[in-house]
Amino acid sequence: MTVTAQAPPATDERLSKPRAMDQLIKRPEIGAMLGALLVFLFFSVVTEQFLSVGGAATWLDDASMLGIMAVAVALLMIGGEFDLSAGVMTASTALVTALLATQLGLNVWLSLLVSLAFALSVGALNGWLVMRTGLPSFIVTLGSFLALQGLNLGITRLVTGSVQVSGMRATDGYESAGFLFASTFQVGGQSFYVSIIWWVLFTVIASTVLMRTKFGNWIFAIGGAAQSSRAVGVPVVRSKILLFMTTAFAAWLVGSINILRYASVQANQGIGLEFQYIIAAVIGGCLLTGGFGSAVGAAIGALIFGMARQGIVYAGWNSDWFQLFLGVMLLAAVLVNNMLRRRAERVKR
Amino acid sequence: MTALIETENIGKTYGSVIALSDVSTVVNAGEVTCVLGDNGAGKSTLIKILAGVHQHDQGSFKVEGNEIKFSSPREALDHGIATVYQDLAVVPLMSVWRNFFLGSEPTTKFGFLDRKKGREVTKKALSDMGIDLRDVEQPVGTLSGGERQCVAIARAVHFGAKVLILDEPTAALGVKQAGVVLKYVAQARDRGLGVVLITHNPHHAFPVANRFLLLKRGRALGSYEKNEIDINELTRQMAGGAELEALEHELRGVEA
Repeated sequence: MTVTAQAPPATDERLSKPRAMDQLIKRPEIGAMLGALLVFLFFSVVTEQFLSVGGAATWLDDASMLGIMAVAVALLMIGGEFDLSAGVMTASTALVTALLATQLGLNVWLSLLVSLAFALSVGALNGWLVMRTGLPSFIVTLGSFLALQGLNLGITRLVTGSVQVSGMRATDGYESAGFLFASTFQVGGQSFYVSIIWWVLFTVIASTVLMRTKFGNWIFAIGGAAQSSRAVGVPVVRSKILLFMTTAFAAWLVGSINILRYASVQANQGIGLEFQYIIAAVIGGCLLTGGFGSAVGAAIGALIFGMARQGIVYAGWNSDWFQLFLGVMLLAAVLVNNMLRRRAERVKR
Repeated sequence: MTALIETENIGKTYGSVIALSDVSTVVNAGEVTCVLGDNGAGKSTLIKILAGVHQHDQGSFKVEGNEIKFSSPREALDHGIATVYQDLAVVPLMSVWRNFFLGSEPTTKFGFLDRKKGREVTKKALSDMGIDLRDVEQPVGTLSGGERQCVAIARAVHFGAKVLILDEPTAALGVKQAGVVLKYVAQARDRGLGVVLITHNPHHAFPVANRFLLLKRGRALGSYEKNEIDINELTRQMAGGAELEALEHELRGVEA
């Protein structure tokens, strides 16, 4: 009798064929995807403009500005930290660019570079303070949030005598920088803002880093268990500071898009947005306690935001209803996330 | 043969608190040195010094014959000293293979994570240690306590540790699970690693250890080779010897 050699089975025989539901539920962004689909269908039926190309251009643009930040904030949250100064940073970076270009007559490109350096140093300072003091990032960045808010208003009033900086259109390099950050492109006879491309690009890069690189692995680890990560040689302090700098970078990107699109900036812009970023990240599947979440999810969270905010406008409702929607959405997301986390952490002794 | 680790009269103070003083021991390749002691005896301080988390301020600490003072856990790792902490061994929400490679991730030539290699090597390394996992993609949090310790031990062995420090690996485990973990400790030893096993259970220590270091209130209570002591004497010394007998006497009085 001949015995034919059997190839070892590709999969373990003890694994029953994974149920589709179980596979799906493992993904942190699944809740957000379902939510986005529901919101999309709802407003497509209820309103007429929502599904039109022009409508899409509007809600995609709304989502993109929020989404760039939400993705960066999601990375930071997966790494176990918060940044409350993220909203006001979008105004600070725009103000730095605008003040340098209009008051000192610097070229816009140079102003943008200085502004970027400013943003990265604020991010690094946030991170350094959190790591150095061991205080919760919530309280440290609340401090930098208030400090930046004060600086934004104080310095703007001191220099311009008002609370806004305008006159960007007359500066050197406005056209070329504007092309990169604030131009539009045509799809289906309708202009779409280039910010949408920045959003998609930023999400793709962030998600690739998170899922496919060493640094991404470290982000999950330092958010999930910082001490354990340090014990196996993960540079916890450096990684967390880098995450704060990433958020600051995103704030610079959004600030630059804003200033080059509208050519002026209000010193009190951006306040309150930090919570929207966190909400979008949570809707996208990020745990408030860190160690779990998704960059794509946060981008979808922002998309839900954009669709709902604009959808309510198209439906002709009072925008008060948006807040109600937001609250319900957030609670639902947290409940779903908690359930997922319990499944993942279920301990068998 | 030079010992992998040798400490002589090593000590550590935190401000005015003397956490450890005058402790001498040795860890040889292919042997298990067991550190026993009650809570607050200085076990954790000792292993934190060996693992590079804290620095000693008295005595000498030699690794393979060279005097050394680690500034970080990374440095200790680079010298082949890997530590598996009781509750800090792994990140529960991350998958088994991501935990396995944490801090030493395999990358492709473009700098991306080599996920296929990660999964395959993890599965192979675990099965070499006799740990048969169904799915290396599942979160470590879904494993049992014993399995989690085993993943951490297999990780240390795979990444070429010469010395394996285990902090209370059996503390939170049931009898059967503890036995499984001890089996892997013995396996690591037989592969030629030097093992430092911290425990407060002499019944777990005795079968696998080659020498015992007993700590009490930051000092060495005694240091024995296996042939110098039996399990009853070890238990008696650990429990505080004479103190326990007095306590037993008192308790009998209560019953009567």
